Amino acid sequence: MAGAGQGDTTVPGGGPPLDLRRKPRLAETIIQGFLFLCGAISILTTLGIVLVLGRESLLFFANEEVDLLKFFGGTEWQPAIGRFGIWPLVTATFMASLIAMAVALPMGLCIAIYLSEYAGHRARSILKPILEVLAGIPTVVYGYFALTFMTPLLRVIFGRDLVEIYNTASAGIVIGILVIPLVSSMSEDALSAVPNSLRQASYGLGATRLETAVRIVVPAALSGVAAAFIVAISRAIGETMIVAIAAGAGPNFTFSPFRAAETMTGHIVRISGGDLSYDSIDYNSIFAIGLLLFLITLSLNILSQWIVRRFREEYE
Amino acid sequence: MALRSQQPVAQRAAGLMPSRAISHKQVKVRQRRGHIWAVIFQLALFSGIIALGALLYNIVNQSFGYVAIINEIDPAELAVDGVPLNELPKDTLTRILETNISKGLMRRYENDMPFTERSRENVHELILERVVEPQVAATWSLADSIFARTRVFEEAKEKYPDSHVYFRSWLTTNFVSKAQSSEPLRAGVRTAIFGSLWVVAITILFSFPIGVGAAIYLEEYAHKERFLNRLIQTNINNLAGVPSIIYGMLGLAIFVRMLEVFTSGSFLDGGGDTTANGRTIISAGLTLGLLILPLIIINGQEAIRAVPHSLRQAGFGLGATHWQVIWHHVLPGAMPGVLTGTILAVSRAIGETAPLIVVGASTFIAVDPNGPFSKFTVLPIQIYQWTSRPQDEFRNLAAAAILVLLILLLSLNASAVLLRNRFNRNQANA
Repeated sequence: MAGAGQGDTTVPGGGPPLDLRRKPRLAETIIQGFLFLCGAISILTTLGIVLVLGRESLLFFANEEVDLLKFFGGTEWQPAIGRFGIWPLVTATFMASLIAMAVALPMGLCIAIYLSEYAGHRARSILKPILEVLAGIPTVVYGYFALTFMTPLLRVIFGRDLVEIYNTASAGIVIGILVIPLVSSMSEDALSAVPNSLRQASYGLGATRLETAVRIVVPAALSGVAAAFIVAISRAIGETMIVAIAAGAGPNFTFSPFRAAETMTGHIVRISGGDLSYDSIDYNSIFAIGLLLFLITLSLNILSQWIVRRFREEYE
Repeated sequence: MALRSQQPVAQRAAGLMPSRAISHKQVKVRQRRGHIWAVIFQLALFSGIIALGALLYNIVNQSFGYVAIINEIDPAELAVDGVPLNELPKDTLTRILETNISKGLMRRYENDMPFTERSRENVHELILERVVEPQVAATWSLADSIFARTRVFEEAKEKYPDSHVYFRSWLTTNFVSKAQSSEPLRAGVRTAIFGSLWVVAITILFSFPIGVGAAIYLEEYAHKERFLNRLIQTNINNLAGVPSIIYGMLGLAIFVRMLEVFTSGSFLDGGGDTTANGRTIISAGLTLGLLILPLIIINGQEAIRAVPHSLRQAGFGLGATHWQVIWHHVLPGAMPGVLTGTILAVSRAIGETAPLIVVGASTFIAVDPNGPFSKFTVLPIQIYQWTSRPQDEFRNLAAAAILVLLILLLSLNASAVLLRNRFNRNQANA
């Protein structure tokens, strides 16, 4: 970053040396303070999220109906009769995400390899915007697509008896389609950043284009590709509208992708969409689920950033 | 895996190189493998495009098509002296309405707006609504309506003998200009569109100045070595990855509950809708504002970083203060990039559904929002509600609403692309 390495006497962004500003101007200081506050709002947002989720979750766990052990060990989520076991929601979430990843990771990586190693300049300039369109479509539209297109398709393929109207498979596949552009564009950025000299060396040794792509370029960009995968998983876990529409309403402890099951996000939406009274255990419970969701996605995001930092191959 | 053509050096030295024929074969195998995978990579790309195509096809397919309508009273029966209903003058229409509906209902309409002031179209509409009472019996998709027309008519005749079938576009000017209604034939998205516009206006007013301010601070003022600034930067990157529904819960706890006095408008002394309880447009707008803030900041930083240093140095060289350089030189150069990023972030906000459900969008609203403190519904929520209804006709409505939403987003994105292109051209000229 410019200005960062020039020592202490310069201001980042190429500002004048500090000692020239003998008389600090009041207006300048005020402006700088205001701009700092703008930046600090992001910290406040994070603090707000942590405090809100933490406080309401504490209220939830302080409730005598709730047992921390049963929360993490129970396989039944029935707030009406005081059963708060998180597992049905977690398994549904992970099943939908797993199916999504089975679709998005191979497809996204293949598309990234094609765009970065095979496609010509013109093809790329046409194809990339199309994928961007796919990324710009609101998730509620994908939810509609899952319910009115993917589910009937699955029911035709696997039979109406096997596939329920609401099921995690259809939601998972469509989440996969949703995150393909994310995987492909992040991976493609990583692949394109690999210096051309590596490719030329590989061709020089007689490798084919495929061998160069798969054994030289992808390993060289592995940290970026892995980061893309992890961000995609985090995105799939946090995805809400598709599962709220297509995966079903009502927690269900099942491992069958063709049965209805409610994910963590789907449950939050359904509970808060109804008439929710504050200070009820339902209200507090969605914050406990939200806290778990936040922690999972946050740790995945931090993991992906760490991978990029730790395993990045530097080529000069 | 080791290539089969690569033999250990010792073997080669001993004259054990594979014969020409064998190595030729291996090269062919490798080449064939390369071709197969090239096709697979291409197939992956095309299936992505096919998915996009299927999505659009599915929506268009549901937005148009034949419907079978059953009328309570056939409009032909209401014709007077052979003049069809839709050509009758207002007086006759009023008389028809009077004879066919209850006195109480008639009085209510008179109270809402006297019949002398109502237009002919309005009375005609009331007759359709209250006397003819059309009900959707069945709907067909566009594909069926085009390729299986005869089957559609046979099916309609068999199942609904007293229905009449006609081709209906669910996306009409009426659909865009009418308010929400529980009758699918008369439902529209006007309130939802106004709701979306109000919410997005608040979102922009909140997040654009703050986002750009934060971007300026991080790029122009912040010492990157300081812990606090590094924390802000890392934090922004992490916030961009937080699921949107978490922001909804933040908005619910902070804007709807904690700041209810402000967000419900009650501090303005009756300025707002007292039944909204903080579940208002301003709460929704601020929630979405927090949601897109990281995107605006990150895009803004990139745009500011792209402004050449020579501009700043020239400014400083002429004795300008830091802020003067930023305001007169850096910001104008960065503005197209900042705006492009903002438009993309805003189009994300327009499509967001989950946080607004959590914040508490109202389920049914038939009146336009009249300010930041009124209850609201937005287009995506309208789509969600129609999609969750089991009846086919609501799915058709949802598809039409999706088309409206996509057209809105497409025009926004197109303006972003135009902006970017213009920016690039200006740069090339400079």
